Amino acid sequence: MKLRDRNLRDIYVDLLLDYAEKNPQMVIVEADLMTALSTTRFHKKYPERTINVGVAEANMIGVAAGLANMGKLPFTHTFTPFATRRVFDQVTLSIAYSKLNVKMVGSDPGIMAQLNGGTHMSLEDVGIMRNIPTMMIVEPVDGVQLAQLFPQIAAHNGPVYIRLLRKEFDPIFADDQTFELGKATTINEGSDVSIFATGIMVKEALDAEKILADEGISVSVVNMHTLKPIDQKAICKEAKRTGAVVTAENHNIINGLGSAVAEVLSENCPTPLRRVGTKDHFGEVGKKDFLMEKFGLKAKNIVEAVKDVLTQK
Amino acid sequence: MKEKQYLEEQAKEIRKHTINCIAHLGVGHVGGSLSIADVLAVLYFDEMDIDPKEPLKADRDRFVLSKGHGGPAVYSALALKGYFDVEILKTLNAPNTKLPSHTDKNLTIGVDMTTGSLGQGFSAAVGMAKAVQIDKAPYYVYAIIGDGESQEGQIWEASMFAGSQKLDHLIAFTDYNKMQIDGETMTVNNIAPLDKKWEAFNWHVQSIDGHDIEAIQNAISEAKQTTNKPSMIILNTIKGKGASFCEGNIGSHNMPVTKEMAEEAIARLK
Repeated sequence: MKLRDRNLRDIYVDLLLDYAEKNPQMVIVEADLMTALSTTRFHKKYPERTINVGVAEANMIGVAAGLANMGKLPFTHTFTPFATRRVFDQVTLSIAYSKLNVKMVGSDPGIMAQLNGGTHMSLEDVGIMRNIPTMMIVEPVDGVQLAQLFPQIAAHNGPVYIRLLRKEFDPIFADDQTFELGKATTINEGSDVSIFATGIMVKEALDAEKILADEGISVSVVNMHTLKPIDQKAICKEAKRTGAVVTAENHNIINGLGSAVAEVLSENCPTPLRRVGTKDHFGEVGKKDFLMEKFGLKAKNIVEAVKDVLTQK
Repeated sequence: MKEKQYLEEQAKEIRKHTINCIAHLGVGHVGGSLSIADVLAVLYFDEMDIDPKEPLKADRDRFVLSKGHGGPAVYSALALKGYFDVEILKTLNAPNTKLPSHTDKNLTIGVDMTTGSLGQGFSAAVGMAKAVQIDKAPYYVYAIIGDGESQEGQIWEASMFAGSQKLDHLIAFTDYNKMQIDGETMTVNNIAPLDKKWEAFNWHVQSIDGHDIEAIQNAISEAKQTTNKPSMIILNTIKGKGASFCEGNIGSHNMPVTKEMAEEAIARLK
């Protein structure tokens, strides 16, 4: 089966299994959500390397820190809000401040918690993790990108937060596309406006690009799969070339990609900017399409933002 | 087992250096540092398989001070053990120091885990003991928890997991001096009965006089003979033990200590 036809969690667990074979120190640390991310398959093959602490996320992070402190390479798994806002102090101190090498996976980012609703919806997790020194943040768009970035994440010596979809994803990249951690990926080069997009918003940005092209507006679409450290060079290069920027993220426009890009622009190459994302409100229960419509995360919202920013150019 | 008299002498030296380095700075966590001096003497000078000449050897025993504010006592034990010169103790909390208030594994040679935010160090110690179990390694992980710290939820998350996993190479102590910043633990938020709580979490539990060297030695010996269960040794202690200016005082958690106070206390140390 091609990568594009599989669920992202199945691709992810295959990557875990491959890596576990190469690195005997690699372990997974779980908090009673193995079934959700299908890490049950890992447990089946490596029961002694699967540590399930039950419904206790703070202890999951503490135990992962302790395992890393003894030379293990732990990957922790839970939903994004429980991987970030629930355990901010533990991640900050037991992992990052202690300089321990732990990879933390949060699944169902932003509105993708869908029917689990507002309590399970993290529209602030990137902002939370961006505050932590040394933390790397990665949001893979599709299976091809995840497969490419995974070995780089595993090889990186330091904490990484991975914002991961679980099930369906929009296939964006060709199988032979290559990616480098920390380096933005330009999908389409245009001349009027640059759109920087992450996660599920990459598809929306590409749809917006087509709509705008029909209207004679040429936009770049750049995927920021690494949210921290943010690729400053790519942002400035694009901003200088097109002179107008739009960001698109499945996250609050405060403290996420939009803020990161705004920081880079205002300090290095001031450029008109519009941010597409949720506008500082909580999540709620609903299917993906309903929530994207309600929170202004559709291609049409990006089109509006592009047209708006053009008036300021 | 080392002689009682020798270890009592080490405990006295730990107390002396703890009081001195806090007095040099003028303020510090003196009460909770002095209450653990005896267990530290037993761990560092008798029980733990560690070597200051090879501080990072892979198969050493590990120690986590989950109540990280007891740092001055651990630094004193490390200096006396030969990890660094005792003169360095005077740099406690000085600018660019290697000896911060709360223990930091990346700053101080001989410190095995960074602690300070209560509850977290113990959770990490449980993870370390889990690694020992996975690797079927022979060494032990020791941890000291504060009694006030036992009000943290993460302690009980970690406790439940360690009991569930039968981490019998984990030996933990509670420094039960019965005092915390805002008063007696009994009145602020009663943690008693501590022994029954740990038993209920599937731990082997002993409750002893935390200032009795031989009792500590015997309890560790019993803990090591216990299989299929982690061990909790509740140390009934006195906050500020040994320092005439603060022994048994609730205000000793973090207090000013002058050189005169230190001199008098050290002169009276038994």
